[in-house]
Amino acid sequence: MADSVATTNGTEPAVTAKANPAAAVATWADERLGIATATKKQLRKVFPDHWSFMLGEIALWSFVILLLTGVFLSLWFNPSMGEVIYDGSYEQLKGIHMSEAYRSTLEISFDVRAGLLMRQMHHWAAMLFIAAMLVHMMRVFLTGAFRKPRELNWIIGGVLLLLGILEGFAGYSLPDDLLSGTGLRIADGLVKATPVLGSYMSFFMFGGEFPGDQIIPRLYTAHILLIPGLILALIAAHMLLLVYHKHTQWPGPGRTENNVVGYPMMPVYAAKAGGFFFITFGVTALMGGLMTINPVWRFGPYNPAEVTAGSQPDWYMGIAEGLLRIMPGWETHIFGVTLSWNIFLPGQIAPIALLMVVLAYPFIEQWITGDKREHHLLQRPRNVPTRTAFLAAMITLYGLLWAAGGNDILATTFHLDLNTITYFMRGAIFVIPPLVFILAKRWCISLQRHDKEMLLHGYESGIIMRDAEGGYTERHLPLSPERAYTLTAHERPEVYAGLSGADANGLSAPKARLDQLRARLSKAWYSGDVQKPTVAELEEAHHHAELEHAHDAPLEGHAADGHQFDGRHEVAGEELTQKH
Amino acid sequence: MRLLTRKISARLSARRRSRLAAPAVLILGLLATGGVWAAVAPAGADATGPNDDQIQAGRALFAVSCASCHGLNGEGITTKKGNNYGPSLVGVGGASVDFQVGTGRMPMAQAGAQAVRKTPVFDDDQIAELAAYVGSLGAGPAIPEASDYDYSNGNVARGGQFFRTNCTACHNFAGSGGALPKGKFAPSLIGVSAKHMYEAMVIGPQQMPVFSNGVLTPDAKKDVIAYLKLQEDAPSPGGFALGSVGPVAEGMFAWLVGIGSLVGFGIWITAGSARVKKTKKGADA
Repeated sequence: MADSVATTNGTEPAVTAKANPAAAVATWADERLGIATATKKQLRKVFPDHWSFMLGEIALWSFVILLLTGVFLSLWFNPSMGEVIYDGSYEQLKGIHMSEAYRSTLEISFDVRAGLLMRQMHHWAAMLFIAAMLVHMMRVFLTGAFRKPRELNWIIGGVLLLLGILEGFAGYSLPDDLLSGTGLRIADGLVKATPVLGSYMSFFMFGGEFPGDQIIPRLYTAHILLIPGLILALIAAHMLLLVYHKHTQWPGPGRTENNVVGYPMMPVYAAKAGGFFFITFGVTALMGGLMTINPVWRFGPYNPAEVTAGSQPDWYMGIAEGLLRIMPGWETHIFGVTLSWNIFLPGQIAPIALLMVVLAYPFIEQWITGDKREHHLLQRPRNVPTRTAFLAAMITLYGLLWAAGGNDILATTFHLDLNTITYFMRGAIFVIPPLVFILAKRWCISLQRHDKEMLLHGYESGIIMRDAEGGYTERHLPLSPERAYTLTAHERPEVYAGLSGADANGLSAPKARLDQLRARLSKAWYSGDVQKPTVAELEEAHHHAELEHAHDAPLEGHAADGHQFDGRHEVAGEELTQKH
Repeated sequence: MRLLTRKISARLSARRRSRLAAPAVLILGLLATGGVWAAVAPAGADATGPNDDQIQAGRALFAVSCASCHGLNGEGITTKKGNNYGPSLVGVGGASVDFQVGTGRMPMAQAGAQAVRKTPVFDDDQIAELAAYVGSLGAGPAIPEASDYDYSNGNVARGGQFFRTNCTACHNFAGSGGALPKGKFAPSLIGVSAKHMYEAMVIGPQQMPVFSNGVLTPDAKKDVIAYLKLQEDAPSPGGFALGSVGPVAEGMFAWLVGIGSLVGFGIWITAGSARVKKTKKGADA
């Protein structure tokens, strides 16, 4: 491409361009830090373009906003449970006894310039942080992006979600308003529900009987130092692994397991991702400026004797709240000890079980499908109906429990009966998710069937043809090769058949029972799936289409109204003759 | 003098076994008690008390609009199961009528878990007449005077404390209302008049407990009203209040507004790139 000799015969001699000051800076830095070598590869790192790849970025940028606003808040917040009498500018609380933590929260809200904006941005960003993590996780789940080699990154993501929730809960508890304290009281209850050790753990945590005077400073350490440090480290690990594994991409022409098609980091993705930070910041600032979140001044200082209607945790704890609210009041009294199943099961066993299933999921699926190969091309949700339907059922369960956690708000808003909602939810969480599973699975299968029909018979063109007998048919036109390639890019799965029952010596295979279970699960996993057409089927269909074309061939070149649009030939220049 | 007293006592003594003696003493005693009561009775109970005309007019209204549930004499109607079709109104007092009818809760539009607030059916005079009639059935809290619920000197901070201790458990931290078991609910306190708030605390309508003067002194009641009235007028420092129902609404807005718009922006950012436009131009050429 580049010629070694001059391509112009101008009379002026060539001069070197004016030195770029940015280049000078870069050179200066490179000579001392070696950044060119270190970043050469990363600057050209390719990111594929798809909206669903931006969801994790929302979480990342929300976390940056959390750090920025959090630093601002920490300049004024005083994490102490020391008792003071309020004498700030909020008249309605003047002269009221409260903790230093609550007083300084009021000060941030009413006396520090932009304090309330920062507090509300911090809280909204926290809500968005966890919501974005969850949405990102759902994307990864639905597209199979957690498969080998990304299982560990999935686990890191799951731990990040857990840490995010804990961090959010710690932050929720810091202002020491009535809502904070009520939340802590529930946490106290959850800890105390531990058989035998409960009360000791509670006393250890609160430094004595609830609420004590220790919990706020302790939570503060966790909230601004311990958990953010862990989150930051895990985010770094998460992104290093992302760089190491390369980004996944949707299948399509030119996209293989060995490449990534997209735009380079510099300048395209740096601009896109950088711009997205400012958009996220803008949305958070607008929410913080316009929408009240946690009006601590309305709740008043925490007082263990008070509780208010509408006491709920932030949304990400909604399922825990829902489980607690619909759990029947089961208790066992044995050897003078009360075992509170009503709190122990929903408050301790259920969240741990949920976390374990989430973290173990990639390995569970691998075991069922037997697919332990590397994957960098994503799966369309419809092509893995069982997994997609499982997530649909889980989302339903999550939504139901979340709604159960807000049963009083539902009751007042929609004029419903609180008890009926509770009884309904007790049954619904067992009945509705399976129904949604079946529905979503059938939906995926019908979409798969649609894809197959398009591949075999072409897409519906919307052209209605009338034949000589007077019958009507819709003309189907073949898909473009690119589209057909994309639709057939996924693999043809194999059902795990299991080891054959007994070997030649009449001995059954080791772990035969487990193996049979695996074979059964694998069969169920793929049951009903519509496979993409085989080469033979496609050729047969194309042959059929050619015959049809041959049938129409005599009409070629004979312009007739209606045939301008049947897609058989170029129509440029053909006008309607209107001779009929 | 001595002679006179002796004379009278002798005469009384002579007649004390008369058949009329007992009734006479009874009448005297009643008159004396009544007289003393009239002299020392609390002002307000009777000073501007209902007159007979009001009671009669109230009785007529009651017979038309209330008696089908509460009975012709306000004695209540018991169902076959032993429940109240409409409870007895003997002893509920005028304040109860003023609250229930004045907020439109009575007459009920339909049977349900709880009577709901609606536009009052009766005007102020008619409510006063009904209150006079029901008040005449038996002693109960009378309609409070304007000075009873004049909250202009109320201590807002103290009122807030009373409110959070006694009221928020049902009515929510912002007085937005809350749910109670079996379809019952604590209504929103926004837009309720000071008089009705005061009456509600005194009479404890429907699910609400009575906050007697021993529990919440008249001054404390005024403080609570002052706090609630201030909340009604106070600007919302944080922006839109999102219904003031707590974190459930906040979570909904975080998802719908926050995640919704950010995903929208994400779609926008990835929808086109400089290079995509270039290829399109190239294709056109």
